[in-house]
Amino acid sequence: MPIMIHYDTRPTDRRDARRICNQKSKLFDNMITDIENDVEPFVAGVWNDTIDVRDFVMKNMTPYDGDASFLQPATEDTELLFDICKQAVKEELANNGVRSIDPSTISRINSHAAGYISEPHEKIVGLQTDELLKRAIKPYGGPRVVEKACNEHGIELDPKVKEIFQYTKSHNDGVFSAYTSEIRKYRSLGFLTGLPDNYARGRIIGDYRRLALYGADKLIEFKKADLENMDSPMDDYKIRLREEISDQIIALKEMINLGERYGLDLKRPAANAREAVQWVYMAYLAAVKEQDGAAMSLGNTSTFLDIYIERDIKAGIITESEAQEYIDQLVMKLRMVRHLRMAAYEEIFAGDPTWVTEAIGGMDHCGGHKVTKTSFRYLQTLYNLGPSPEPNLTVLWSPSLPEGFKKFCAKVSVDTSSIQYENDDLMRKVRGSDDYGIACCVSYQEIGKQIQFFGARCNLAKTLLLAINAGKCENTGTEVVAGIPALKNEVLDFEEVMGNFKIAMKEIARVYVDSMNIIHFMHDKYYYERAQLALVDTDPKINVAYGIAGLSIVADSLSAIKHAKVTPIRNEDGLAVDFKIEGEFPCYGNDDDRVDELATGITSHFNDQLAEYPTYKNAEPTMSVLTITSNVSYGKKTGATPDGRAKGVAFAPGANPMHGRDTHGAIASLNSVAKLKYESAQDGISNTMSLIPKTLGNDDQTRVNNLTAVMDGYFTRGAHHLNVNVLSRETLYKAMEHPEEYPQLTIRVSGYAVNFVRLTRDQQLEVISRSFFDKM
Amino acid sequence: MQTLQDTKTLNVHSIESFGTYDGPGIRMVVFLQGCEFRCLYCGNADTFDCDAGDKTHIDDLFKEATHMKSYFSNGGGITFSGGEPCLQAKKLIPLMKRLKEEGMHICLDTNGHILNHYVEEMLQYVDLVLLDVKHIDSDQHEKITGRTNENTLKFAEYLEANQKQFWLRYVLVPDLSDQLEALHRLGQHFQDYTQLQKVEIQPYHKLGVHKWELMGMEYQLPNTPQNTPEQIAFAKDIYEQYFRDVVVN
Ligand code: SF4
Repeated sequence: MPIMIHYDTRPTDRRDARRICNQKSKLFDNMITDIENDVEPFVAGVWNDTIDVRDFVMKNMTPYDGDASFLQPATEDTELLFDICKQAVKEELANNGVRSIDPSTISRINSHAAGYISEPHEKIVGLQTDELLKRAIKPYGGPRVVEKACNEHGIELDPKVKEIFQYTKSHNDGVFSAYTSEIRKYRSLGFLTGLPDNYARGRIIGDYRRLALYGADKLIEFKKADLENMDSPMDDYKIRLREEISDQIIALKEMINLGERYGLDLKRPAANAREAVQWVYMAYLAAVKEQDGAAMSLGNTSTFLDIYIERDIKAGIITESEAQEYIDQLVMKLRMVRHLRMAAYEEIFAGDPTWVTEAIGGMDHCGGHKVTKTSFRYLQTLYNLGPSPEPNLTVLWSPSLPEGFKKFCAKVSVDTSSIQYENDDLMRKVRGSDDYGIACCVSYQEIGKQIQFFGARCNLAKTLLLAINAGKCENTGTEVVAGIPALKNEVLDFEEVMGNFKIAMKEIARVYVDSMNIIHFMHDKYYYERAQLALVDTDPKINVAYGIAGLSIVADSLSAIKHAKVTPIRNEDGLAVDFKIEGEFPCYGNDDDRVDELATGITSHFNDQLAEYPTYKNAEPTMSVLTITSNVSYGKKTGATPDGRAKGVAFAPGANPMHGRDTHGAIASLNSVAKLKYESAQDGISNTMSLIPKTLGNDDQTRVNNLTAVMDGYFTRGAHHLNVNVLSRETLYKAMEHPEEYPQLTIRVSGYAVNFVRLTRDQQLEVISRSFFDKM
Repeated sequence: MQTLQDTKTLNVHSIESFGTYDGPGIRMVVFLQGCEFRCLYCGNADTFDCDAGDKTHIDDLFKEATHMKSYFSNGGGITFSGGEPCLQAKKLIPLMKRLKEEGMHICLDTNGHILNHYVEEMLQYVDLVLLDVKHIDSDQHEKITGRTNENTLKFAEYLEANQKQFWLRYVLVPDLSDQLEALHRLGQHFQDYTQLQKVEIQPYHKLGVHKWELMGMEYQLPNTPQNTPEQIAFAKDIYEQYFRDVVVN
């Protein structure tokens, strides 16, 4: 192992000379210790000869079957640092949600000087900019958006930056120069919304573990070999790849420089636990310095890091308290990740989320589980640092996980409402890998082998209204889809409406695919994720991730049309502005096949429609049933629907049944959602369950046991995802009145969690109005 | 004359698929229509009428229950409550039989007033009875429910004789059922019952008042306050002198 002496390039007056000395010798010590103590060597495998982190994990991990009793509280240093963070967050909230902005420096891996919270106390270093919570500009998505965001906070974007974009194009420019008039129309009327055409697409997860396991030098070597292999004759495919790989190599070199700024030698592999945590974070930091994608997941790092931690603990190099300190400080850093957003962004992604999603637990292909002590340590951060929406901790659940871990997860949910659950057995079976992370909220992604193209979502409820309004937008009367005949019957006839609805879905799907192809072509061209992709296999598998919103509205509407008598009330232009409903109809959310089958059928039909068209880079189509918080804004843009929902009323989030219509209680509601086939919505099916604590049981033990049984039951029924909130409406009302008293109150919404107090009032009210299962 | 349809449909008031208070674990609770008691504090006054409710086919109930099976891993199952489920015992027998064949844990939440041969047959399929005893003194019982407690106490004897496990549920109403003497008497009466596994004290609440109004009836205890924590602790204390496992729900 080469021993590097690091020369810090920062001005020395900022540092205490003695401490430099100490730190250097400490770093040096660690290396010596490695050699002297002769820590157990890793079990060798294919991972030594080729990049294969999974192989390394499988061969070296120590599964843990015990309970949570070994966990340690935060150290003094951690508490001191986090107090500074909390103060900074307070200032941020008081200053319209942004503490400060650097409007002059375009954010790149090496654009900013090193930043610290309070250096002497930091075991894990690195900030996105040179100052805590200072937001950087990333104008490659679209400089106008960045300018607007700056202006909204009373800051002027540096004219230099504006000037640069007079000579170069942004992603946004590229997309709009290629958009068709159809796409523009579908977009502006609200059939397709939230498309990543003026912001970064995100969702791509780099395998940040690679930097720790191999070091940058080795990774560069592998990428260079890939580049060599792309030889003559040159065609589109190879040319594109050669350019991509070259960019990735530059990114890796810049990561080395980034490390140097913090006195770290990222060229070589991490030598111990602290370095492994640090290296992984540095790789992630490079990504979030360059990209402000809506979701910037971390991946699946806990079990990987556990290998280093276990080794050091075993060799007596670190204590449990130190192990927890590394994880606490890593998580603290992840909580401080920020992107500069304009206010309008709040509508779709409320609460300033970053989706630093980390997948924890799960099983492997051989029937063993992947729970380690570090899986617990990650969850423990919710106690040591308090509840928090970020990182978006996601438990990959299987009924076969060890009981001690399942119980701890349930307890953490009951105490903090901060984690979400996804069906590991299902994803492993249907998608194939046991080394995957979750992009954003619910999207499976094999780590380092696969990426995805984020596609926001289309409004399926609005699409249904096209079927009733002869292809015209229900709000404006604009013709959207040609070839949909006016309905012959005054009373809605199920078959007739269904026939029209299918025509509408086919057209929406076609235009939606076009928009995705253009967006991702341009994103690759103008805002390529060189840092993340440097840590992913060359030419990875790609999914394009479409989405739908309004599924429960569509299912209930179709059920009403089928089982009751629904008559549109039309305005002078013949547009249905309201519906008269006579008779009863079954609603989605009560485990009633008569309507649940409609939800299932529409999901798979639309998914099939999307798969009809060719995609950019031959990406494989997948679809999600997920809304984030856009269910509120989608509702606003959608007229009255045949299920009795009035114009403008919010949709249910994700795949949730409509509020108050699931009258058979929580399990029947879960069972309706569980019927949706993951095979036809492989980008994920989001469901959120909110319970008051008493509903879960009479005492803590019962609550934990019942919640564990809920998860086992729900996922055994083939469901995909569950957000769990355990809190009372009263708490939420109180937090609305006195936000300052609830800075950390976290609530799970479709696929992610937010600080409740950061939501707009509309969104807060919508969350409160949702079904809270409170029967006893 | 009953049609074939009638023998296979139950009059269901409502279904709660996530019951966590009516037996162990997670329970699908089927609230059945009809009750011959008129408890002054009844929280489900809309179940009084035997003929009201949704006519629900037992196949549908069976199906919904089987969908819930995967949630029953920590001792859960299905609970028939009401109203008074024994009123529909005859029709419950075939349903319970099928549920039992599926290996499901069955609870019966009853006031113990009816014990005919249908109820006896039905009890063969019941794993655990939740027996509501409204008062140990028959006159007081009559004052609360409109009926004496003779049948209920016999029901308990039957359970004991037939080795059928049960939990005793006791609604603690200030001034109505929380007399010191009554609590001790109940303790003495049941202390030697080997089949009695647990005593659940259910504090008085007013959640069902609106149902009386909806049914066009006058709520009988408008001025009764909810129990104070001290009153609940006091009753618990007394019962603990007689029973091993006493909980407050
Ligand atoms: S026995 Fe139960 S359902 Fe019947 S009146 Fe009394 S409390 Fe109500």
